[in-house]
Amino acid sequence: MKVLYFAWLKARTGIGEEMVEPPPGTDTVGGLVEFLKTRSPGHAAAFETLSVVRVAVNQDYAGLDTPVRPGDEVAFFPPVTGG
Amino acid sequence: MAVRVQREDFDPGAELAGFSSGKTSVGGICLFVGLVRDYMGHDPRAGAEVHAMTLEHYPGMTERQLEAIEAEARARWPLEDALVIHRHGRLEPGERIVLVAASSAHRDAAFEACRFLIDWLKTKAPFWKVEHTQDGDAWVDARESDEAAAKRWE
Repeated sequence: MKVLYFAWLKARTGIGEEMVEPPPGTDTVGGLVEFLKTRSPGHAAAFETLSVVRVAVNQDYAGLDTPVRPGDEVAFFPPVTGG
Repeated sequence: MAVRVQREDFDPGAELAGFSSGKTSVGGICLFVGLVRDYMGHDPRAGAEVHAMTLEHYPGMTERQLEAIEAEARARWPLEDALVIHRHGRLEPGERIVLVAASSAHRDAAFEACRFLIDWLKTKAPFWKVEHTQDGDAWVDARESDEAAAKRWE
C-alpha cells in the first residue's frame, strides 16, 4: 500500500511517501492509522489529533471507516488552504 | 472547459480574450483572480508580514478534484465555458495564485458559477500554503469562513 503525507504531516513524519505492508486484517483507514502510528515517534505525532487530519483513498476524499486494500494509494493531509 | 495546475504565472487578459473569441453566443464572462497578500490572517495591523508563501499540492488528486468542481459548475448552470488555473511553488506578495472564470449567455449564471468555483476550490482542492515570515514558517490554518462560504452551495 502506498501512503502519502502532505504539509505538516509530511514535516512530522519526515517522509512524503512510503510503501507499507500493514498487518493482515487491516481493512479500513482507521486500522491503517493505528498501524502507521507505531512506525516512528514522528508518525505518532502526525496522527496525534485526528480531527485535523484529512484522508483520501485513491485520490477521493475518505473517512476513518473507508475500506482500504493492498495496492491502494492513501494520502493524509491537513484541511486544504488553496485558492 | 479546462483545468491547469502550474508553477508559472498566467495572463488574465489573454485568458479572458481566449474565452470570448469566436463565441457569439456568450453574453457575459465572470473572471476572478486571487493574489498573495503580504500579511497573515485577517487584520493587516495584527498579522506578521509575509515575505513569501509556498503552495504545496497533491499532483493527480488536485487535477481530479478541480475537474470534478468544474463539472459540478457546468451541471448547475448553463455555462458556455469554464476555466480554473492554480499555481503552486513559491510565490511573493502581489503575485497571482488562482484564476477561475465562467462564461454564459447571461450574467447571473456567470457570476454565480464563478463564485461557486472559487468557494468550492478553497475547501476541496488539495493545496496547502506555508507562509514565510520573519518569525519563521507557518502552515496556514483552514478558515471557518471558507467552510461557510462553500456550504452555501450545498
